[in-house]
This record gives sequence, structure tokens and C-alpha cells, in this order.
Amino acid sequence: MNEFIKPTVEYFELWPLLVVFGVACLGVVVEAFAPRSARYVAQVLLALGGLGAALVGVVLIARDSEVYADGAARGVLAMSGTIAVDGPTLFIWGLVLVLAIAGTMLFAERHLDGGVSAFAGQAAALPGTEAEREASTRGLDHTEVYPLLMFAVFGMMLFPAANDLLTMFVGLEVLSLPLYLLTGLARRRRLLSQEAALKYFLLGAFSSGFFLYGVALVYGYAGSMQFAAINEAVRNDTANQSLLLIGIGMLSVGLFFKVGAAPFQAWTPDVYQGAPTPVTAFMAAGTKVAAFGAMLRLFYVAFGADRWSWQPMMWVIAILTMLVGAVLAVTQTDIKRLLAYSSVAHTGFLLTGVLGVQQTSALADGELTALQAVLFYLATYGFATLGAFAVVSLVRDSGGEATALSRWAGLGKESPIVAGVFAFFLLAMAGIPLTSGFVGKLAVFSVALAAGAWPVVIAAVVASVIAAFLYIRVIKAMYFDEPVGEGPTVAYPSVLTATTIALGAAVTLMLGILPGPLLDLAALAGEFIR
Amino acid sequence: MNDLPVLTILIALPLVGALVTAFLPAATARLAGLGFAGATLVWAVVAALTSYSLDGGMQLTETHTWIEALGVHYALGVDGLGLLMVLLTTVLVPIVLVASWHEADAPGNGGSRAFVAWVLALEAMSLAVFTATDVFLFYVVFEATLIPAYFLIGGFGREGRGRAATKFLIYQLAGGLVMLASVIGLYVVSADSGRPSFLLTDLAALDIDPVTQRWIFLGFFIAFAIKAPMFPVHTWLADTTERATTGTSVLLVCVLDKIGTFGMLRFCLGLLPDASQWATPVVVVLALISIVYGALVAIGQDDVLRLIGLTSLSHFGFIVLGIFVFSSQGGSGAILYMVNHGIATAALFLVAGYLVQRRGTASIRAMGGGIEKGAPVLAGIFLISGLAACGLPGLSPFVSEMLVIIAAFQHAWWAGAVAVTAIVLAAIYVLWLYQRTMTGPEQVEVKDLDRREVGTLAPLMLALVLFGFFPMPLLDVINPNVEDTLTQVGVTDEPPTVGSADGAASSQGGHE
Repeated sequence: MNEFIKPTVEYFELWPLLVVFGVACLGVVVEAFAPRSARYVAQVLLALGGLGAALVGVVLIARDSEVYADGAARGVLAMSGTIAVDGPTLFIWGLVLVLAIAGTMLFAERHLDGGVSAFAGQAAALPGTEAEREASTRGLDHTEVYPLLMFAVFGMMLFPAANDLLTMFVGLEVLSLPLYLLTGLARRRRLLSQEAALKYFLLGAFSSGFFLYGVALVYGYAGSMQFAAINEAVRNDTANQSLLLIGIGMLSVGLFFKVGAAPFQAWTPDVYQGAPTPVTAFMAAGTKVAAFGAMLRLFYVAFGADRWSWQPMMWVIAILTMLVGAVLAVTQTDIKRLLAYSSVAHTGFLLTGVLGVQQTSALADGELTALQAVLFYLATYGFATLGAFAVVSLVRDSGGEATALSRWAGLGKESPIVAGVFAFFLLAMAGIPLTSGFVGKLAVFSVALAAGAWPVVIAAVVASVIAAFLYIRVIKAMYFDEPVGEGPTVAYPSVLTATTIALGAAVTLMLGILPGPLLDLAALAGEFIR
Repeated sequence: MNDLPVLTILIALPLVGALVTAFLPAATARLAGLGFAGATLVWAVVAALTSYSLDGGMQLTETHTWIEALGVHYALGVDGLGLLMVLLTTVLVPIVLVASWHEADAPGNGGSRAFVAWVLALEAMSLAVFTATDVFLFYVVFEATLIPAYFLIGGFGREGRGRAATKFLIYQLAGGLVMLASVIGLYVVSADSGRPSFLLTDLAALDIDPVTQRWIFLGFFIAFAIKAPMFPVHTWLADTTERATTGTSVLLVCVLDKIGTFGMLRFCLGLLPDASQWATPVVVVLALISIVYGALVAIGQDDVLRLIGLTSLSHFGFIVLGIFVFSSQGGSGAILYMVNHGIATAALFLVAGYLVQRRGTASIRAMGGGIEKGAPVLAGIFLISGLAACGLPGLSPFVSEMLVIIAAFQHAWWAGAVAVTAIVLAAIYVLWLYQRTMTGPEQVEVKDLDRREVGTLAPLMLALVLFGFFPMPLLDVINPNVEDTLTQVGVTDEPPTVGSADGAASSQGGHE
């Protein structure tokens, strides 16, 4: 029997994580004890304060972090090596926190729908019943969404920082469960929303099962949950190889599901469409950032020595994902579904970056690393997506948000600014120069090509062309098509949504014109530590 | 003015103009826009006269680091080719603005303010394309030109323009994305050989292995072939010129499409000489098909604006042919052709636009002829521009067409023979067009060109005649540039100066 050793907790390095978790718990307490009228303000302030404090923490940690090997890596292993607070972790934490702050502001928006939020007045009341009408007339509002958001953020921070398989699984679940719940809380079109939540939950639970099975197999192979130990076992290459390969496959299924890669993308359009738009915005941006962070760490650290086994699989998945996402997006008639498929295509582009990993010795001085490229792309994608969904929440008709593409015809005349900003986000997603999307695409394609993955790059170019067509179709509808019937109306948002959209647009423009600082920051983050 | 960032100011002037006019009332916007375009023209001419020397090479260079992590520089400079394209652009933009003075305010169109702002934005981006000496910067502005062009096509013009704009943008974006793969290829190659850099000078110094070079060439060439346009990726051209206003068409065909042939010279030949020679047979055949096919299809058109658009397909075939036969006549002829085509086609488009405005239709059959008597000035200018387009001696396109055809014969007899047929075909489409629209027994009551309209055409007419008799100023600028390019390609060319016909005889078999 091993003796139990009390772990040392690196409170300073884990501070952002602890703050977010603490605030989430505090939110539950507020929900229980504060009077209904005070909850909204209390919860919003609490969430924003917590996220802000965590962000400050990330900056402080990054400033004081320990540097190894001439800046090739930085950070520490915390909690007896289960959580790695290294450069990439800090980068992703910072990104998730900024996106979460913007997401919280979208959650708190109450101007668009006559003084109530986008969430159901009383989730327990069945759609179409007297109870629902009563909740609606009383102007009830679910303020539990803020603690749920904070729990999800906690999961999003734990997931990419996890340095062993079990912690990673815990992170995955903590991030997923609140999102399942949030998906079902839409105020309007509730059946659609609940259906989406159920689909998301069932498929998500299923993929978690795959992930857990993979954890077991890899443990069987390596005899350890620790990434460093798995890496050691892969290097020594002693045990049963098939256990490892099947394990990698199972773990990949779980991760590919979370990022929405084909053939595990089926949930994406339904969930993105059914979820309340603020949730979609936050989920689309945050989940992808967190899950790619985890994927990078798992494949680069634990299975880095076995690159030749998983890179071909990644090639196939990347090509498939890009083409499926782009082609299916073209056929969509609903703006949220269209953005969902476009996010599937973006997953493919991100995978193109992930598979572009090379030995450090194979890189020229100053050449982009795969990690740097993917981290940069995540930032560009996150802000453009958040901004685009925020704009979607503004365009409305009498039935709530007007998400049918035909209803967007003539938006350019109705509101040139809103149409212009949305067109800008679309151009960024299409990867037009002078937007962040272009530099991101260039970065991931470069690393893939440098690693010799030219077939993937060619597929990526083809997918980009197809995707460009659909973005242009939306722009054409907004500017050059005649409006159908009364045409869309644009609701005036409060400062919360306006700030979020402005932030998204500003970052998208900045990273398009001057991407240097963020690329340098991603380079400064260095490699993973193990 | 040596310390001034001449080219940055050149690009900034119309860009600032675009931003300013976007917030002015329509009437003021037109004047302000014209002011900015005029200032840009003056600046370009002054810079060309005072700071540019005829020794060749990149001049007026500026280099600043832009994105260090990617090896990207904000680097500008002009050689002879770039200078001529800059001047062509800056001359045509004010003409287009005056020619479209009332058109953009017509019902259904997007308004003068938007038109002027987009035109100036397009001018700024095009000038940046012609002066960029960093591949990344070039790519950025190459794609950025599409946005103003898209809104110019989609917002102004005839019914069905939204569709045409979408088609235009899809074609161009597809080409651009294929080129992106090649741009990234260059990045990887330059990273493998040391520090990554996108500077033209750094890339030209690289020794790229032949197979890689061919792949990279392919990406660039496809993009430029779509842009130029060449057979078989030309189909966006006629749809676009048919739907857009003639002002937009002038900017598209006479300025924007030049980026295609400009890029072939600067990037395909300049950076990838071996691959360019490898691809020559295919490119020459495609160019010949474009020449003949474009002319044949043009003959069959009923829509004047479609017809003029398709003649450009034929003309761009000549330019590409001149570029890819690798001789000094061919090179000089091609560059000269780029300038002359810009002038002649601009005139043709504008006068056809005035005609269409008067008759209310672009259909040749519906017009029914008889305009000559009512509007002799209109008819006369139409005839001169048309004859210029089909290469009448004494007008400037003749010189360039001859140079290219001579070079084609030197390259291979069949290439020359096929190219020559286009002269006949061009005469058919121009004269038949003139006959059907202008001549005829009945006299149609049409207003002749007013002073504004004549004012827009006069400088173009003047240039056509002037450069037809005296092309030397242009050739003085072009020739050093062609020599530089040919040295880079590694073709040792026979006659050191163009025009010494006795050197041509010994050149047979000097190259493939």
C-alpha cells in the first residue's frame, strides 16, 4: 500500500481556476438566498468580477512564470503534476476568460426582447401551458444561467490545463454539463431548444463514454494516467501497440465530438440553432478554444512520440471536416445553421494546423510552430464567431430573432452599420485579407505545408472556395436582394451587446492588420511542459 | 522629395479620399472625389517626372517590417511596368468619375457618394497592388481590390447585377485562394532556406527546386489567368461588363484585369523562371485560343457591352502571348499593349455607355442604326476607338500588336499565324458593330455628346493618336524593365533595342 501524501497546492498558479470555481459556487448561494429582484444585478456583477479577477490573475502568473530552456517553455506543474500551468495553458485561459466576459455581457442583454433576457422565464414550465404564460407575464428570468456559465468556464479552463487523462475527463464533463442545460433554456421556440439540449446531451454522453473507454485502454497500455508517463511508454514502445492505437482512436472520438469534426459534427447545427443565441455565441467560441487546447496537449505531449500513427488519421478527419462543413453550409437557409456548418469547416482548418506539428529541429529560426498557428487561429475564430452570433441576436421580427436567411434580404438598406459589421465578420471567416481570418488561415496552412501535408492544404483551399461562396451569398442577400414583405428590423441593443460586437470587430480588424503582437505572444507561450 | 514616402502618399491619397467622401453629401462627394483623384494623378505624374530615372530596376522603394513573425514587410517600389500601370490607373480614375457624374444617382443605383467612395478605394488598392514588392502585401491588396469591385458591380448598373457581382467575386476568390497556397509555398521554401521572408528581393535570390517551382507557378498562374482573364476561366468577364455601369467596366477591364498580366510578369517570370519556361507551350496555346475564341464570340454578341468585354479576352490573349514568348519584342509589346489596351478599351466602353444611355438599350438589334447623322461626334469617336481596338496603323494599339505578332512568329510560325487571324476577326467585330449601330438610312433623334462627355473622351483620343505615332516615351520606360525580366528568366535575347529589325533574322532557334 502506498502511503497517502498530501498534495501541495500551488495557490498562486491556480488562482484563476479557483476564483472562477468559487464565484460559480457563490452564484448558487446568491440564487438561493438573494431576493428575486436583486439577483440579476448581483449575478452579473459577480460573474464579471470573477472573470475579471481571474483574467488579472492570468496576466500576473504569465509575468512571473518560470522560464525553461531559453524561453522554449514556461510555467509549472501544479497539484502533483495533474494540472500544467504552462505558456499555452495561460494563453488559452486568457482567451477563454475574455470570451467568457463577452459571453456574460451577451447573457445579460435585456434590451432586445422587451426588457427580458433571451432565457426562458421558467424552464420547468412546459411549453404552451398556463404556467409558462404566467412566468412570461410576471417577467420571470432565470438568473441561474450565470453560475452555469461560470461552471462551464471552469471546465473550459481545466480541460486544456489537464496533465493527466482523468483530470482531462473531469474537465470535459464540467465544461459539458452546464452547456447541455443552457442549450435548453431558450425563451422562444422552446421545443426546438429542448430538442437541441436533449440531442446534445445524448450524443455528448455517448462520446464521453468513448473518451472514458479510451482512457482505460491507454492506462492499460502505459500503466499511468500521466501524460509524461504515457509519453515515456510510447517512446520505449514495449507494451501492446494495439491497446495504444485503439485508445488513441477512442480518445480522438471524444475530442472530435467536442470540436465538431466530421463525422461527429451532426449535433452542431441542431444545437447551434436551438440554443439561445447568447449561449450559442459563447459555446461556439469557448468550447472550441478549450477543446483544441486539450487536443493539442493530449496529442503533442502524451502521444507526441507516436506522431506517425495519428497524423494520417488527422489528415483524413481534417479533409473530411473541411469539405463536409463547407458543402453542407452552402445548402443551409437558416443563418444560425449556416454559421454552425461554417464552424465545422473552421474545425477542419484548425485540425490542418494541429497536424502540422514537426520536430523543433526541423523548423527554421523564426518559422511558425504548429502550436503558435493553432493558438492564433483560435483567437481569430473565437472573436469573429462571438461577434457574428451577437449580430444575429439583433436582427428580429415579431416572432423573436429572424434567423431565416430569406428574412435577411435587404438588411443593408435597413441598417447599413449592422449589415456592414456582419459582412465584415463573414469576410473574416472567409479569410479575406485585412481581417484576422486571413492571417489565421495563412498560419495554419503554412505549418501544414511545412510538415508536408500538401494534400490537406489543397483540400483546405478547395473548402475555402466553397465556403467563400456561402459567405458571399449572405452578403449578397443583405445588400443586393429586395426585402421580402416588411423586411427585417434591427433591435437597438444595450451597451452590453454593442460592446461585445465592437470588441469582436475591433479584434478581428486589429489581428488582420497587425497580427504581430499576438503571434509573438503565442510564440512567447512556448511549448507544453510535461 | 527624396525623403518623402512617395508611393505611400500615392496610395494614401485616394484611400483618405474614399473615407472622406463616404461621409459627405452626394453633390459635394462627387467634387471632393474628383479632387482627390486629380490630386493623385498630379502626384503620380510629378513623382514620375522628378524621381523616376530610366535606368530600370526598383525605384522609390520603401521597406518597413510589418509582421515579424511571418517575415512580412510593408515594401513598395516601382519599375517601368509598375510605373506605367500606376499612371494608367491614376489617369483613368478621374475620367471614370466625370463620365459617371450623373449615372450613379439614377433610380435603383446606390448613389454617387457610395460610387465615388468605392472607386477611390479601388484606386488605392490597385495602386498598392502595382507598387507592392512584398508577396504577402501584394496578396493582401490583390484580394482587397475585390471588395470595392464587388460593391461597384453589385450596387450600380443593370438588372441582374447582383448575380454578376457574385459570379465575379467567386471566380476571383477562387483564384485568390489557389494563389494563397502558392504564397504559403513560397513562405515554406524561404523558411527552409533560412529565415522566412516575403520580400521579392529575398525570394528572387532563392534556388527553388524545379518540381516545387512548378507547383507554386501553377497556383500563381491560375489566379492571374482568372484575373486577366484567359480561356477557359473568362466566363465572368462578359457577364460582369454586361451588368455593371460602363465606368465600373473601365476600372475592371482596364485597370483591375491588368493585375493578372502584371502578376505574370512580376511573379511567374520574376520568381519562377524555370517553371515559366516549362509551362510556355501550354500557356501559348491557351493565349492563342483566347485570342481567336474571344474575337469569334465577340462577333456573335448582340449586347454592345458584352461584345466589348469579350474583345478584351482576345486582347489579353495577345498580352499573355507576348509575355510568354520570352523575347524583348514580345515583352515590350505586351507591356505596351497593357497600356494601349487600357486607353482604347476605356474609350470604347465610355462611348458605348453614352450610346446605351441615349438609346435605353444595349441590344445592337434593338438600336437599329442610324445614329451617325444625328450624332456625328459620338459616331466618330466610336469609330476611332473601335478601329484602335482592332489595331489600325497610326493608333497606338497597332504598335504593340505588331511587336507581339513579330515575337510570336519568332517563337513559332504557327503561333504567329494563328495570332494574325485575330486582326481580321477584330475588323469584323468592330466594323460590323459600327455598321449595325451607327449607319443606316433612317435618322434617329439623339442628342450628340455634350461637353462633359467629350471632355472625358478627348484625353483618351489624344493618347491613342500620340502614342500611335510616337511610342518611344513609353518604350523608354518599358525596355529596361523587359531586359531585367529576361535576364531573370535567363533568356539571352538578341536585339538589344527594340525596332532594329535586322537583328530579328538571326534570332531563330535562340530559345525554345
